[in-house]
Amino acid sequence: MAILEAKNVSMHFGELAALQNINLSVEKGEILGLIGPNGAGKTTFFNCVTGFLNATRGAIFFNGHDITRLGPHRICRLGICRTFQIVQSFSEMTVLENIMMGAFCRHAAPRKSSAQAEEVLEITGLKDKRNQIAGSLTLADQKRIELARTIATQPTVMLLDEVMAGLNPTETDEAVELIRKIHAMGLTLIVVEHVMEVIMGISQRIAVFDSGELIVEGPPEKVVRDERVIKAYLGEDYHA
Amino acid sequence: MQTTKRFIITLACILLVFAVAPLVISSVHFQHLLIMLLLYTTLSQAWNLIGGYAGQVSFGHAVFFGIGAYAAMAPLNQWGLTPWIGMAIGAVVSVMVALVIGVPVFRLKGHYFAISTFAVAEVVKELFSSWKWVDGPIGLDAPILEPGFYTLMFYKTKLPYLYLTLAFFLVVMVLTFRMERSRMGYYFRAIKQRPDAAQAMGVNISLYKQYALVISALFTAICGSFYAMYVLHIEPATVLSLDISMKIVLVTALGGAGSLWGPLLGAMVLIPLQEYSRVWLGGTGMGIDLIVLGLLIMLICIFEPKGIVGILHRLTRQKG
Repeated sequence: MAILEAKNVSMHFGELAALQNINLSVEKGEILGLIGPNGAGKTTFFNCVTGFLNATRGAIFFNGHDITRLGPHRICRLGICRTFQIVQSFSEMTVLENIMMGAFCRHAAPRKSSAQAEEVLEITGLKDKRNQIAGSLTLADQKRIELARTIATQPTVMLLDEVMAGLNPTETDEAVELIRKIHAMGLTLIVVEHVMEVIMGISQRIAVFDSGELIVEGPPEKVVRDERVIKAYLGEDYHA
Repeated sequence: MQTTKRFIITLACILLVFAVAPLVISSVHFQHLLIMLLLYTTLSQAWNLIGGYAGQVSFGHAVFFGIGAYAAMAPLNQWGLTPWIGMAIGAVVSVMVALVIGVPVFRLKGHYFAISTFAVAEVVKELFSSWKWVDGPIGLDAPILEPGFYTLMFYKTKLPYLYLTLAFFLVVMVLTFRMERSRMGYYFRAIKQRPDAAQAMGVNISLYKQYALVISALFTAICGSFYAMYVLHIEPATVLSLDISMKIVLVTALGGAGSLWGPLLGAMVLIPLQEYSRVWLGGTGMGIDLIVLGLLIMLICIFEPKGIVGILHRLTRQKG
């Protein structure tokens, strides 16, 4: 059974349809890549899944339970956690405290939460920066903090929204390595990314969005050769 | 944040100073200054929970203060009921008002909370001004009763008031310190900094804002009850005024919003300024304290938004 399933999900903002009849299911343990031009609806889809937006039509199921109308905090507690496209670290807190914010989701006592945060610091390689103020770090480190505190909520599904945008090649390699590590921990990942060689490399399956619709879905090697995908990215003129 | 040990030592020193100073300097005016200082520190600390830590600015805390004041004074005046029970009634009513404001407003993003607190405070002020049972705009005077802890009235000395306020100050400081280091403290700061990210981390932000407001309202109401029993005359124009609401905000902002010692530091600057400018300048001094305060706030906003606490941090860092 699919761990996460979107059935006929539509999201309308007044007249504008940001998502139209999306049917997408994610299997437990896979990495699903989500690609598409700007404004295709990838982030809107994330917002619907994580409860930041309520889909205007359709339903979203997590382990068979309808989560369409639940708020973001409820969805996080159920085990779906996300990162943000524009970094949203708690900039006045230390790295450790940022990760504790995630760990508090499972442990109310600060001592337990900080113990778990220490483990996550180890996994994510942030240990030597644990006492630095998050706002003073580089973009790459702040994105890493977002990943780390997301892991600390102990999710079963993680939604990563462009965690590599704006990183240099070395930083990107490190991020890819971390994502593989998280996947190896048994998590299911949905990854939105614009860096093609990265997304093709890590995803087992790719879903392509264009103008709010899911146009193609399949293994990476098949998706890149699909005419509709080439058209969506390059436009009608270049379509041979 | 600081260690428990440092907190206990600092707090113990402050308690000692406030407990011994009035015995050494027996001037009534000095004792009055200490009482006002403690009262405003506690009030501002109460405001600090919602406005400083959780970042939801309220411009209407006079409503909780006024409810506390009237709840202590009106039943005493009408039925001779002990202000202790009145204080409890005030606390309950304030919490209910906090829920009435918070439940709808905390679902919204933006400045609606600040606007609605302001509006509710003005509405409540008008209600009390036209309520006959509490003598409308004239206000209430405490009846002359046997002094003592049961009636919370002391005619010959201010010391009992001072020690009661000191005790409540202690309670609020310790609770704030504990809150700061608990999950709730982290959640409040997260809501202030990044509400969306806090939600993504599993924080029910409207619930936690509500917690902050309810606790804040409760403490503020108790301060209001103490104040009423101290001055023995209350009226809507004083205990429910915008003046009180603003002073609470300004003391906290001046000292450092969202920090444990901010309210005390802010009150230590503002309250003496307020009390002494009145004494020195008499009637013409009215408002001078607010002019100076306005100037201080402008300077703080420009040079150190974290208030006096921020300045102290900077100084200690330079030394180290």
